[in-house]
Amino acid sequence: MTGDVAVLGAGMHPWGKWGRSFVEYGTAAARAALADAGLEWRDVGSIVGADTVRGGYPGYVAGATFAKALGWQGARVASVYAACASGAQAVNAARAQILSGLADVVLVVGADAAPKGFFRPAGGDRHDDPDWLRFRVLGATNPTYFGLYARRRMALYGDTPEDFAQVKVKNAALGALNPYARYRKRVSAEEVAASAVVADPLRLLDICATSDGGAALVLSSMEFARRHGSADPVRIRAVSTVTPRYPNTVLDLPDIATDSAAGAPPPDETFRASIAGAAYEEAGIGPEDLSLAEVYDLSTALELQWYEDLGLCAEGGGAKLLREGATALGGRIPVNASGGLASFGEAVPAQAIAQVCEVTWQLRGDAGDRQVAGARVGITVNQGLFGHGSAVLAVR
Amino acid sequence: MSRTRTPVVTDWFTGDGDGFRLLGTRCSACASVFFPREDGHCRNPGCPGGDLEEVPLSRRGRVWSYTDSRYRPPSPYVSDPELPWEPYALIAVELESERIVVLGQAVPGITVADLTVGMEVEVVPGVLDEDTETTWTTWHWRPVGVTA
Repeated sequence: MTGDVAVLGAGMHPWGKWGRSFVEYGTAAARAALADAGLEWRDVGSIVGADTVRGGYPGYVAGATFAKALGWQGARVASVYAACASGAQAVNAARAQILSGLADVVLVVGADAAPKGFFRPAGGDRHDDPDWLRFRVLGATNPTYFGLYARRRMALYGDTPEDFAQVKVKNAALGALNPYARYRKRVSAEEVAASAVVADPLRLLDICATSDGGAALVLSSMEFARRHGSADPVRIRAVSTVTPRYPNTVLDLPDIATDSAAGAPPPDETFRASIAGAAYEEAGIGPEDLSLAEVYDLSTALELQWYEDLGLCAEGGGAKLLREGATALGGRIPVNASGGLASFGEAVPAQAIAQVCEVTWQLRGDAGDRQVAGARVGITVNQGLFGHGSAVLAVR
Repeated sequence: MSRTRTPVVTDWFTGDGDGFRLLGTRCSACASVFFPREDGHCRNPGCPGGDLEEVPLSRRGRVWSYTDSRYRPPSPYVSDPELPWEPYALIAVELESERIVVLGQAVPGITVADLTVGMEVEVVPGVLDEDTETTWTTWHWRPVGVTA
């Protein structure tokens, strides 16, 4: 067991395609989180930014970029990049500073301004960059990997495109209730089935868009929270930032091949399962204790995979859990009460922070029409390129 | 003017016709196989690190999964923007003896409707794209028994 850190404030800039700078979204989210915490920016001893690779140099030093935009006040600064896990790694960096006594109050901010269409690699001829190679040699966009995973589930577990569509139907209904979501319209299974195939078997409405957005959290020591008058704050109990174990036998982005299992046996659990597993172990909490989960539904089919990787059901049982309504609002374990990436689209460095914002509001009972009744324990989980993944476990 | 045939990536494959093979490397200490080739140091953390020797990968394997690209991928994928986009299938293939899954494009003309998980496929030489001076060559996966 490590110690808890308090979540004093959460804030977001609405997701969308606003055409403005990531700095604007990030600072708006930061100001919202500070207001939610009842703190001034000058009360913050440290700021951690989650980087974006789409904002030029200011994006690579996001912590400093946000600190300057908020007004230099001398805070300690750090900037982290970990693909889709960047936001959670920023949370973890903040947590480590708080638990070690380096800082009492830390502001965590992530924001992105996304291009239209597919994400693409950085420019130049870079023959030693797997991300460049998969585009040059195979034209393998992110959705093609999601398509491979979806088809594999259909072959192994009998999942159907109709199952995948029902994930979108569930998440769109929840996103319609979330003022920060980009897509706030219910979607029918027929509309999913009528949308264009992008990467067989997945259609446009099975795959998450790329979005602009910003999210921020104010974290503090439990001692500071008490002094601040917050006797029963939401607490972050565990953050998992594990890497895969060799040999990683599931084809992950942006790789052209898996590791070989010819020289060493595969680990007992997949990388994705180990991400949540490490958080459960650190927190001393199991899947049976969860009130809700926010999972990284880059595609509808991937949400079903997460059910299994979180231990909400056995391997292959994801679609059945969905069909039973267990993961809908009012079900045994609501998943993506926020509406998920299906309703937000991905704003990479902000997304994992946004997941924690949602869990925070849910655990405080502030989630409005999408409130999970009596929520006490929430987990967020994601996976990104280059062996990154993260999970955050929060309790109240 | 004839174009020079050049592999899109150096030393990832070799040979012609039935002799065409993907090239990986194998650790002499632990027998781990690497594709794309690893020429520096064995990446098995439980291995003291042996010599990495170039090895041809198995010619045949079984479909682990498959998909396709219905929309034009962005650069650095090369396609002629003047021509309508022609989707192609992507196949992830499990090689039994190497215990590795390798992604590749399907041969032209093979669509997702022709594929099933578990189907046997073989690696064949293919052309990725051409410019004025160069025909860039690659590997393709082709269902066994298809000769087109």
